[in-house]
Amino acid sequence: MIEAQALRKAYGDFEAVKGIDVSVERGEAFGFLGPNGAGKSSTMRMVAAVSPLTGGSLRILGLDPESDGPAIRARIGVCPQEDSLDGDLTVRDNLVVYARYFGIGRRDAARKADELLEFVKLTEKAHGMVEDLSGGMKRRLTIARSLVNEPELLLLDEPTTGLDPQARHVVWDQLHRLKQTGVTIVLTTHYMDEAEQLCDRLVVMDGGLIAAEGSPLSLIARYSTREVVELRMGVGENEAAAERVEDLAERVEVLPDRVLLYVADGEKVVEEAMARGLEPRSTLVRRSSLEDVFLRLTGRSLDA
Amino acid sequence: MASSTVLRGTSRGAAHPTAYPLLERHVRVYKRAPAAFASGFLEPLFYLLSIGVGVAALVGEVTLDDGRTISYTAFLAPAMLATQAMNGALFDATYGFFFRLKYEKLYDAVLATPLRPVDAAVGEVLWATVRGAAYAAAFVVIMAALGLTSSWWTLLALPAALLIAFGFAAAGLALTTWMRSWQDFEFIQVAIMPMFLFSATFYPLSAYPDWMQTIVTVTPLYQAVDLVRSLTTGAVGPELLVPITYFAVMGALGLRVAGRRVGVLILR
Repeated sequence: MIEAQALRKAYGDFEAVKGIDVSVERGEAFGFLGPNGAGKSSTMRMVAAVSPLTGGSLRILGLDPESDGPAIRARIGVCPQEDSLDGDLTVRDNLVVYARYFGIGRRDAARKADELLEFVKLTEKAHGMVEDLSGGMKRRLTIARSLVNEPELLLLDEPTTGLDPQARHVVWDQLHRLKQTGVTIVLTTHYMDEAEQLCDRLVVMDGGLIAAEGSPLSLIARYSTREVVELRMGVGENEAAAERVEDLAERVEVLPDRVLLYVADGEKVVEEAMARGLEPRSTLVRRSSLEDVFLRLTGRSLDA
Repeated sequence: MASSTVLRGTSRGAAHPTAYPLLERHVRVYKRAPAAFASGFLEPLFYLLSIGVGVAALVGEVTLDDGRTISYTAFLAPAMLATQAMNGALFDATYGFFFRLKYEKLYDAVLATPLRPVDAAVGEVLWATVRGAAYAAAFVVIMAALGLTSSWWTLLALPAALLIAFGFAAAGLALTTWMRSWQDFEFIQVAIMPMFLFSATFYPLSAYPDWMQTIVTVTPLYQAVDLVRSLTTGAVGPELLVPITYFAVMGALGLRVAGRRVGVLILR
């Protein structure tokens, strides 16, 4: 569905994407995970055929965005990071009019709009204005809008950023259902839980480059240990504590508020640390996550 | 320029929707706000009523370039009609378009569909032209009701108003793509106000010295007034090809520039 080689994007002197290779297969849910400014949105705009490449090559649905922009855009759905709903139109008209932009006939556009309102559970709001919707509803409407042309490829830029936990779960549920219908989904996110939830495969992006690629599980297996022990020491004591237990772990990370020990068996390490006289305020043993992968790859945490 | 040809879609042959759905969108929006649509119509109407009644009583009659004399109100009305077409077209092509482009981000959403920048420009110009022409049409009805039309040629004032609106809409749209903030619209105001006052709207061109006549003649509102007044007074001849060509070129050029500029602004 997407083939990118040495893809680059620069705005003036600023290089947002510095040469990435990406390949997405039909039916996959593929993610770009990375912090703000990693080049995710710039990449998405190029894939959506609304931003010319600075360098490299890109094929979308087998077509060249340089010469077939409208044809590509006719077959993909885009859910941008900033809601770009039409504030002058009602909720339902947002869908009807957008469908018309794709050249869909009036009757089909109306039928599709009602169908999609049902799908994103906004039927009751159909005749309200966009500005009266909550953030979660706006996002759901934007997702519904991206589906009016029954896209083969759905691009979602930060689909749940700024939503409360409940609204996020509603969006995830809808994306899961879409995935089951066979739509290829490409999304960007800086939430590792979102990437774990939704993506079959992902790339970790940082500073305009791809740092690693794989399934969430394979990335965790490759770049982290099975378990992680978090020791919260007093302020300023983390560094000293880390030195006393570093031989117990494969790897140690000292964060401002805690020490992370990457180990195979968390409970055993906690016992041993206590035996050495460490007195953490709290301890936590958990499974490794993509957050740990990111920390390992970049030396920074995702939300830092 | 980094912007590629076809994100903008210059490749021929591929089926794609046209600007028509955008026109449909604008119509749908204004159906919800008829008052906003109607209000723009009032200004030239008030001018016609106040000056056409009050001032006309003092002035009496005006002698046209071809020696005929007509009532001052009949002299003023076609100028107000041309202004009507200009105002109606410019309102949406400037303020309205700027708001949609920069604040509503309408075209960020629209250009994610198969529509191309040129479709966005055509849609805006179509709508603004419709609006300008609608104002002009209402004005023709009022002129006729007040007995201010002296010729059947007046009916041709309608297609003329359409052409005038097209020229102003396209040029306004093109200029607006360079606007950075609302303050920049002062430039448009500064252009329109003197045009409105000095384009042989309120008195014949012969009131000016030669050099000033030359300047006034090249401004678009003068051309518009000249075209409409010639039609409503029945002074029809081949010289009308001048304003007709003027607006056709102004419209075509404006549309072309606006289409390119929308692409440069959105497809970054």
